Amino acid sequence: MNVPTMAEMMAQGKQPDVLFWVGCAGSFDDRAKKITKAFVKILNKANVNFAVLGTEESCSGDPAKRAGNEFLFQMQAMANIEVLNAYEIKKIVTACPHCFNTIKNEYPELGGTYEVVHHTELLKSLLDEGKITIEGGKFSGKKITFHDPCYLGRANDIYEAPRELIQKLDVELVEMKRCKTNGLCCGAGGAQMFKDAEKGDKEINIERTEDAIEIQPDIIATGCPFCNTMMTDGVKATNKESEIEVLDIAELIANADDL
Amino acid sequence: MDYIDNIAFAILLIIGIGFFVKNVKKLTRNIQLGKNIDRADNPKARWKNMAMIALGQSKMIKRPVAGVLHIIVYVGFIIVNIEVIEIIIDGLFGTHRVLSFLGGFYNFLIASFEILAFLVLASVIIFWTRRMILRIPRFWNKEMEGFPKNDALYILYFEMVLMSLFLLMNATDVHFQGLNSGNIISQFLAPIFEGFSNENLHIVERTAWWIHITGILVFLNYLYYSKHLHILLAFPNTYYANLNAKGKLTNLEAVTNEVKLMMDPNVDPFAAAPEDESTPEKFGASDVTDLNWVQLMNAYTCTECGRCTSSCPANQTGKELSPRAIMMKTRDRLEEVGENINKNGEFVDDGKQLLNDYITPEEIWACTSCNACVEECPVNIDPLAIIVDMRRYLVMEQSAAPQELNMMMTNIENNGAPWQYNQMDRLNWKDE
Repeated sequence: MNVPTMAEMMAQGKQPDVLFWVGCAGSFDDRAKKITKAFVKILNKANVNFAVLGTEESCSGDPAKRAGNEFLFQMQAMANIEVLNAYEIKKIVTACPHCFNTIKNEYPELGGTYEVVHHTELLKSLLDEGKITIEGGKFSGKKITFHDPCYLGRANDIYEAPRELIQKLDVELVEMKRCKTNGLCCGAGGAQMFKDAEKGDKEINIERTEDAIEIQPDIIATGCPFCNTMMTDGVKATNKESEIEVLDIAELIANADDL
Repeated sequence: MDYIDNIAFAILLIIGIGFFVKNVKKLTRNIQLGKNIDRADNPKARWKNMAMIALGQSKMIKRPVAGVLHIIVYVGFIIVNIEVIEIIIDGLFGTHRVLSFLGGFYNFLIASFEILAFLVLASVIIFWTRRMILRIPRFWNKEMEGFPKNDALYILYFEMVLMSLFLLMNATDVHFQGLNSGNIISQFLAPIFEGFSNENLHIVERTAWWIHITGILVFLNYLYYSKHLHILLAFPNTYYANLNAKGKLTNLEAVTNEVKLMMDPNVDPFAAAPEDESTPEKFGASDVTDLNWVQLMNAYTCTECGRCTSSCPANQTGKELSPRAIMMKTRDRLEEVGENINKNGEFVDDGKQLLNDYITPEEIWACTSCNACVEECPVNIDPLAIIVDMRRYLVMEQSAAPQELNMMMTNIENNGAPWQYNQMDRLNWKDE
């Protein structure tokens, strides 16, 4: 797998067209690493001139900010901005809607202004430019529903790019009763990923998984590593793992193409 | 003695409007207790928001039944109130239906008012049924117990009575019924009074007329104490609403200055702390006066419809958090602070604050920041902004984050990730 780092690029006097911001989940979480690799495979196949920061990447600061720790957030943000600006980064793609939202919306005021796209948006433009083709392959005829990540959907009004990609897979895209602007959160946002939920009568990811189970999909597609974890746990907790698979859109496209 | 009615009317009007002005002053004073925030940018987008969302009710129809009924009541309320202009002129100058010189057009106007009054009456009865018979869950959450529930019912009863009085006043107006034009609804009420002498009819008509206008003035003054304030505040509230992407949280400027100082290698580590006013007295919010004025206006604008709470993932899964309750508690505390100032001339510490005494940390920590409440609000109220400001206070002033979040933050500080992994292992996935 060809994964050039910015340091290597710099040493060779090269500049990538786009920086792939992997994110903490994409770097360390076993499930999310598969998404990272699937996305890189597509980038390689499409001959995208990209690079990663590798060991120079650090948490975007999103969970600290949403937990209320503005100090820690801004320390992370400014340290990251120094690195990004030193490498003269112009465009960033990430498979994590939380990193996406933070870098896109909250970094500019702190001195970091970049064109930031979510990986589904980049994949969509690669498709439009004819650099990748999407065929159903092994997913042909399957029933797929898309769970809108809050930080992609409501937070940044991106609803169509992921859906257009799914539809190219020659599958049946079915919507949950709560979708798009009405989509229900998976329960991980706002730093909830890192703590137990407050006292209640149900876990949010179960409530959301039940939305999906209602329409009996073969696959729940997501575009966020945290949603992926929550939905995967939800499917397990409701004993549906033999019937429903949870996959990122990048995985759908890469797997369909047997990458 | 002919003028006694007119004088009584003038006094009634002055008292009614006088009290209203007094309440508006109290209201603006309380809102101005909030911190400054610049929301004067991009007036074009702001006017558009106001036109679409407040005037055009574009977010109301997301829930079609309530949305359509609300539009009927809203249009009816505005149009039927044109009639109030005539009532005021008649009342002050002792005329009767002063605008009737408009002839056919006048009859057309009154006919439209009558149709709208009837539709409003019907809609309000459906609203009441939805609340009390169908018992739609969002009207029965625990924050709705007591006054909030009654407040909603008082408003519905008020509207029922006002609309009925308007139709009754037309039905018993002998001259008006005699014209038999414009009485499109009231003609069906007129037969009820068939046996009445003209004199008695006149008494009924006058009584209805007086109760109607008095009711309007009472209602006007009820607004300040009620959730019904939204009929006025929806307009400024949508105008001054956040225009940024919903995912964008504000960056605290005071923190930015400090972090920049920390990262500057040229700064003198032994220099005395700069004594400028840029350092805030506290980070985040623990009381209403720490919030900005838009957040306080949000609290007064909330009409407690509960769309936010019914879409909140935390609330739906039985957590303590309800975005509507966040707004209601903020308003209750703001009212308390306002009363305190009225009594003492300035705010005297009452040993209470918004945090803990009204909103508990348990509520604050249950939020997933998913923005469902912000998206749902038909008048662009932002409960999430208040929640985030209170989290900032809990974490930055009190170090009172839940233990697991402290661990997450320690990890970010130590190794640049919310989990305990080595920074140097970030690229290991490549070869796995």
